[in-house]
Amino acid sequence: MKHILIIIKKEWAEVFQNRMVLFTMIFVPLIFVALPLATLYFTGQSMGGDVAGDLADVPAGFLSECGTDMTASDCMQVYLINMYLLLFMMLPVIIPVTIAAYSVVGEKTTRSLEPLLATPITTFELLAGKSLAAAIPAIMAGWLSFGIFLLGLPMLGVSQVVFRYIIGPTWLLAVMVAGPLMAIAAVNFALFVSSRVNDPRVAEQISVLLIIPIMAALFAQLAGIIVIDLFVMLSYIAAMVLVDIGMIYLGVTIFERETILTRWK
Amino acid sequence: MIETNSLTKIFKIKKGADIPAVVDLTLTVREGEVFGFLGPNGAGKTTTIRMLTSLIGPTSGTARVCGYELGLNDQDIRRSVGLLTESPGMYDRLSAAKNLAIYANLYDVEDVEGQLKKYLQMLGLWSRRDDPVGSFSKGMRQKLAICRALLHEPRLLFLDEPTSGLDPEAAKLVRSFIEDLRSQGRTIFMCTHNLNEADRLCDRIGIFRTNLIEVDTPQNLRLKLFGRKVVFHLRSVDPSWIPLVSSLEGVSDVSLIDNKLVIALENPANQNPHIIRTLVAQGADVQFVGELRRSLEEIYLQTMGENQDEVAKS
Ligand SMILES: Nc1ncnc2c1ncn2[C@@H]1O[C@H](COP(=O)(O)OP(=O)(O)OP(=O)(O)O)[C@@H](O)[C@H]1O
Ligand SMILES: [Mg+2]
Repeated sequence: MKHILIIIKKEWAEVFQNRMVLFTMIFVPLIFVALPLATLYFTGQSMGGDVAGDLADVPAGFLSECGTDMTASDCMQVYLINMYLLLFMMLPVIIPVTIAAYSVVGEKTTRSLEPLLATPITTFELLAGKSLAAAIPAIMAGWLSFGIFLLGLPMLGVSQVVFRYIIGPTWLLAVMVAGPLMAIAAVNFALFVSSRVNDPRVAEQISVLLIIPIMAALFAQLAGIIVIDLFVMLSYIAAMVLVDIGMIYLGVTIFERETILTRWK
Repeated sequence: MIETNSLTKIFKIKKGADIPAVVDLTLTVREGEVFGFLGPNGAGKTTTIRMLTSLIGPTSGTARVCGYELGLNDQDIRRSVGLLTESPGMYDRLSAAKNLAIYANLYDVEDVEGQLKKYLQMLGLWSRRDDPVGSFSKGMRQKLAICRALLHEPRLLFLDEPTSGLDPEAAKLVRSFIEDLRSQGRTIFMCTHNLNEADRLCDRIGIFRTNLIEVDTPQNLRLKLFGRKVVFHLRSVDPSWIPLVSSLEGVSDVSLIDNKLVIALENPANQNPHIIRTLVAQGADVQFVGELRRSLEEIYLQTMGENQDEVAKS
């Protein structure tokens, strides 16, 4: 446990001095908060009388998500905000991938991995330290930006019903549970990739492929193929738990000291 | 301290031939000994060290390090040995003290502050302890890496080219540091390309290329390869003295270089007086008598040359 903490502290001391990583950590969440707030602001203003026409853009399947107490304008807003729900789920994938990619490949290129592996640290401790060092800031950034988002909502004059929907179970599960689960999967995948390649940018690019399923969900929702409701969210979380178990297993079994030390291709 | 038995490492490269880096290395390093591991670039020295510090696993063969079996008690091996890696590999963005503190904590050192101070002062880095390592010169990094290898006071120390990249003064500092470590009874296994250094520091030397070619004290290596030779400087030489000296007991070879007789002897201490009397009786003016010292470099090159011939023959 002590060794894991040392690794986390060391990673943070090092990684947060990397401009690339800091930029991703600060800039990406800011955008992800600003986008939905801006959307809400503008839709709230344009929602005048012609509501029926606007509602025609909302896929029929989604209308059931709108409670009976919602006005057409509220329903439209909820529909739009739901698109951004997926953005909040992407955050914990993008951030840790940058950190994790630099953390192993970076140590390979500076050759600091060898003295590190020569210490009595176990592979599990090293891996756990590195994953947590990448996952914790990502989860924090996700939660923090959601908090800012929530704070921003009343200021934009969003109606009570819409607000209640956003702090309802689907969103909370997405941000509080699905996000961290995704972060864990992303980190382990990134660590696995970066133990096999020797360029942090390559590691980052491969690992970021993980957001493809989320993008797919985003487009499916836009096209009206799926509606992200409580059931979809719960199924997704269940699937992510399985993916996480698989990723951690993969990480621990494949992350061999020897391979990461001697593989130079 | 170290006992290896047919230790072998073959690197498998996808497509293309395997690289046999170390083959059938059987070697014993005794407690308290400074063992020099010499060999050309790519001989497998670093690979050997990596195996003995349980960083990479051998393809075959076994070894015991500090009483622990390689492959079974790797954790204990890592805890008991210190390693100066080939490249310092420091965290450039962190200060020297931070770098060392990380390792001290990973080695579960109790008095981290004390150990940092002790070794940073010893290697003259104390005043720079708060500077980021990125701003350090090559030699300073090397010294910092030496500190790192010692923080947990290992009884067995692996040094991969400890003085490479150091200026003569710093190299001298490191050498006397190694002597101090030896006098504390630590065992040191070091690779070096500096043969004078090996000659001065090492109790025994292994000459190595993929497998061990020779291993002995520097003194015995000289004897084994060249025998003992004594040079007699004379004012002038009469060629008839050569067969005369050759016929003396215990003399195996006599050659003449300018005004010097180079005589190969089994036991110079006993035979020199007799040879001097014989020469003086012949009317020779003996100016100086001295042993012909071979540098370790000559021994090394000779060994490598012979080995090359053998490889060529087979
Ligand atoms: N990770 C690796 N993958 C494949 N081959 C390797 C690897 N590491 C070392 N080798 C090969 O093993 C051989 C021995 O290398 P090693 O680094 O042990 O040599 P060395 O004696 O330390 O040389 P030097 O004096 O240059 O440091 C070389 O032929 C090298 O190419
Ligand atoms: Mg080497």
